Amino acid sequence: MRIRHFVPAFIAAMALSCAMALAQTVKVGLINTWSGPLAAAGEQIERGTKLYMKLHEKDLPTGVSIELVKRDDTGPNPEVAKRLAQELITRDKVQLLTGVIWTPNALAMAPLVTEAKVPFIIMNAGTAMITTKSPYIARVSFTLWQSSWPLGSWAAKNGLKNVYTLVSDFGPGIDAETAFTKGFTTAGGTIAGAVRMPVTTPDFVPFLQRAKDAKPDAVFVFVPAAKEATAFMKAFGDLGLRSAGIKLIGPGDVTTDEELPGMGDVALGTITMHHYSAAGDRPANKAFVAAFKAEFGAKEEPSFLAADSYDGMAAIFAVVIAQNGKIDPDKTMELLKGWKYDSPRGPIMIDPETRDIVQNEYLRRVDKVNGQLQNTEIETIPMVKDPWKELNKAK
Amino acid sequence: MATILDALVSILFLGLGFAMVLYIVSVGLSLTMGLMGFVNLAHGAFAMAGGYVTVTLMNTYQVPFGLALVAAFIAVAVVSAILERTLYARLYGAGELEQVLFTIGLIFMAGAIARKLFGPIPLPMHPPALLSGQLNLGFRTVPAYRAFLIVVSFVLILSLWLGIERTNFGARLRAAVDNRRMAEAIGIDTALLFTVTFALGSGLAALGGGLGADILAIYPGYAVEYLVYFLMVVSVGGLGSIRGPFVAALSLGIGDTACKYLVPEFGAFFVYIAMIGLLLWRPAGLFGRA
Repeated sequence: MRIRHFVPAFIAAMALSCAMALAQTVKVGLINTWSGPLAAAGEQIERGTKLYMKLHEKDLPTGVSIELVKRDDTGPNPEVAKRLAQELITRDKVQLLTGVIWTPNALAMAPLVTEAKVPFIIMNAGTAMITTKSPYIARVSFTLWQSSWPLGSWAAKNGLKNVYTLVSDFGPGIDAETAFTKGFTTAGGTIAGAVRMPVTTPDFVPFLQRAKDAKPDAVFVFVPAAKEATAFMKAFGDLGLRSAGIKLIGPGDVTTDEELPGMGDVALGTITMHHYSAAGDRPANKAFVAAFKAEFGAKEEPSFLAADSYDGMAAIFAVVIAQNGKIDPDKTMELLKGWKYDSPRGPIMIDPETRDIVQNEYLRRVDKVNGQLQNTEIETIPMVKDPWKELNKAK
Repeated sequence: MATILDALVSILFLGLGFAMVLYIVSVGLSLTMGLMGFVNLAHGAFAMAGGYVTVTLMNTYQVPFGLALVAAFIAVAVVSAILERTLYARLYGAGELEQVLFTIGLIFMAGAIARKLFGPIPLPMHPPALLSGQLNLGFRTVPAYRAFLIVVSFVLILSLWLGIERTNFGARLRAAVDNRRMAEAIGIDTALLFTVTFALGSGLAALGGGLGADILAIYPGYAVEYLVYFLMVVSVGGLGSIRGPFVAALSLGIGDTACKYLVPEFGAFFVYIAMIGLLLWRPAGLFGRA
């Protein structure tokens, strides 16, 4: 009786272990913010990665699969991100790392990925110098310089003489301010005033009242996407800066696509420079937005974070497919350098020299189309390399 | 001269608006903490719940603003009374550490529930047309909603003060705060009184959450992020008083606004320095009893 049961079980087990030996599972560590007050951004990354996996699972070679090992860094906590990365590398034996919304977290992980030789594909963290911190970092998202620098020269050439800058006082905010100021003053503009605000501030009104009293042509703003942006926009409307003839410009974080519908008409006319808009009129984007809505609900809008993480998975799939599931760190980095993709945001490429993203920047204006607010793309600046690296190279 | 005056009016007015939101939320906390000696860190969660009720009723069910606020007050007061009887009451005799751990746990649960129900993005608040945009005062314009907040808060403060100082309920409440055993000895049902006060305090928080939703955005991290501000107002004001948190909210709110306006580079630090200074001078708060 026992033997009779044992034999088929044994054969099944043998068959299974043979199949296991043939199958190649690539473990990818995804560090993201799933909990805490800043989880809104994390949800977009979760959705972007999930959507790509679902749509493209079939593209993997037979026997090769990708397993995402997810870890929660709970927000801008470099020490947590570092510990998680260490555990993922040593215990879970991940072959690739990805995700990471916050600049400090990415910086804390940089020495680890260099030492362990684990390619690290950044899906958000946008401070320019991050990619210089490890030869195993590649970035698919953006840098603040990419948007703010061209916006500066655009502003100066389009009748804005006096601009007041307001930015959140941390890496990306300072990048945005420096880049904009450089682009703007080089093209002949003057800065009417510059203020760095605390990263989380419950009330933007005093800062904006001061800006209003300085009577500039426009206010340039960078605040992190999510709650801060909505609160900022609200205060901008409450104080009547728009009716006083002051324009609002900035990188796209102040009018992200998922929050824009909730901001109301006060956002109308805001001019931003950014690399992605859900309203972008490209076939790849239309397909992406349709798939996103089909998966997560008709009312949901993908933001740049969803698009960037979608592209991040595309890059991971590309290196896994090219190596047939056998990841070699240095070969992976070679494959990533110069990698090109027709992304929802337009054509993108990883710069072979800097391992940073090269992409189109779009000048957008907030319009109302069919009763819905959207970021309409009105001008395209093709294939912008990170200006910070370009400028520092020239020196 | 005109510009200096203008700046002063700006600071006073904008600061008042912010201060009033802080006050409405914090006064309930001061009442429950001072009265029951219970460290209720989850107070902000009640404010958040009030905000969610108000905004959802307005956005989804087109309930008028005023009615939505009343509904938020009642709903949160009832829920908090139930929580008080079933959970809080068990910990009245416990040490402060247990109370802190318990209420911190409540904060995280409330945040997770809010995220599950309403998503991680802040809910947009659209005040009625009459209260949005600018209000022209003749010599200058001010944000209409802030003007409304200031008026409402003064009415609220006055009625609270009258309620505590001039009614029988208020007298019993004050008696129970001063000496619980003595109050019980003369026949005051302090358990019932505590439940009612707790519900009132949470209801006030809900009102503050709803009224302030335009300034302090309603999102799942609400209870954590603004807790610091509420606690500062209460500790600077002194526990158990109506006046204390009022003066504290005014000075912190206006001081914060003034500093952010005049020296924006140091704007973030002012409230903390002010708090440290005030507490060194009066460790029990401005109107607290040592």
